[in-house]
Amino acid sequence: MKKEPYITRLDIELTERCNNNCIHCYINLPDDDLCAKKKELSTDKIKEILKEAVSLDCMTIRFTGGEPLLREDFEELYVFTRKQGLKVLIFTNATLINKRLAELFSRIPPLEKIEVTVYGINKNSYEAVTGKKGSFKAAEKGIKLLLKNKIPFVVKSAVLPPNKNETDKFEKWAMAIPDMDRLPSKSMFFDLRCRRDNEIKNRFIKKLRITPEEGIGILTREKDKYIKEMKEFCSKFTRPPGDDLFSCGAGFSGCADAYGYFLPCIMLKCPDTAYDLKNGTLEDAIVNFFPKIRAMRAKNKDYLKRCAKCFLKSLCEQCPAKSWMEHGTLDTPVEYFCEIAHAQAKFLGLVKPHEKAWEVTDWKERLRNFSRNVIPAEAGIQT
Amino acid sequence: MKTRISLKNVYKPSEDVVARDIHGEFIIIPITSGIGDSDEAIFSLNEFGKAIWGELDGKKNLKEIANLLTLKFEGSDKEIETDIIGLGEELLKKKIIVKL
Repeated sequence: MKKEPYITRLDIELTERCNNNCIHCYINLPDDDLCAKKKELSTDKIKEILKEAVSLDCMTIRFTGGEPLLREDFEELYVFTRKQGLKVLIFTNATLINKRLAELFSRIPPLEKIEVTVYGINKNSYEAVTGKKGSFKAAEKGIKLLLKNKIPFVVKSAVLPPNKNETDKFEKWAMAIPDMDRLPSKSMFFDLRCRRDNEIKNRFIKKLRITPEEGIGILTREKDKYIKEMKEFCSKFTRPPGDDLFSCGAGFSGCADAYGYFLPCIMLKCPDTAYDLKNGTLEDAIVNFFPKIRAMRAKNKDYLKRCAKCFLKSLCEQCPAKSWMEHGTLDTPVEYFCEIAHAQAKFLGLVKPHEKAWEVTDWKERLRNFSRNVIPAEAGIQT
Repeated sequence: MKTRISLKNVYKPSEDVVARDIHGEFIIIPITSGIGDSDEAIFSLNEFGKAIWGELDGKKNLKEIANLLTLKFEGSDKEIETDIIGLGEELLKKKIIVKL
């Protein structure tokens, strides 16, 4: 009898440091933050985690950060990971990809497309986001090296004031990249600092957030495709969650953070839900610790009155991680995400203007009608 | 063009691949580029393939491996040899095994 696979993919945040200083970033620390660097996991400890991941039938390691290529031992860790028979998914800004690294990726392919975030189509917009002089040229060079060495990669972006008018140009450029098989993904509903470490930056991130209506405008640029996807999604997943805090996949695998804590989700940095890998194992976390986290119930009165009864929960980004970032608790409703979910639902005809989804009693019928293409006339949208 | 393989020869797994048993599925994962097809990176072997793989110790030739497998799998000696040659050619062509 074979053992159950515990992990299909493991995220490893190699560092929280980054050589860019993006205006919207929820995690970045300066690349020369020696205090953060000193606390980071050693090469040997990361190798130990990787070996355990293999024993748990893991197939893919996602190296992310911060900027994972900042780690001086990145090459060593990458080669070690691949030699364990693991695929590697790398999230990077590409600015540190040099000839040597590109040739390494060519000789020992990651077996997953590298994901490069591109912050602007020209120097002005790119560096207005990254805050680093020379970063556009460095990214351009990295991307050219990937292309030259035929390394499979995709690009993605973030919708921000300096680049929000470049979407068409960016997409045209992106779709010329050989491995782009769909339009680049764009992050746009930005998270606050996941370590709750910078109130000034949080205030700035809030200012950068687009309005729910602007977001819907972007999401529905390919309107027919969007509506088709939402019909499929809503018919499968849309229902009130009750007081379950974790209705997602958190804790079935997780993320080893830069300092050796295993988190049920890469976004959830709450110390109470983190498992110390320096004194334990991935297996112990998955078998014994995370189930307790997943069993947690919401207690916040506002959450129980609203989110627990809201049939839009699966459309909403509200989750313990977002609640932690915004409020320092796991179960406080996040107004911004609530507004976005309602804006989407209004667009789709699932709720009426001024209606709150948690007050809707005939939600099952509305979902049935939506999946059958019957949209309430008063919803004010056409499909 | 078929890659020639002989029952008299000794083969071993390439050092550029890793074999893993993932939840009952035996798979071969290439480490370096140039292994196998460009569009399909990971190879899966059935029970028969897995049994062959387990015997590719760099000492036994394919004939000796075939003799061992006739004790474990149904089929005539000739059928087992034909199957080993078929799979061996495929693996050699993909550079998953190498001739010693």
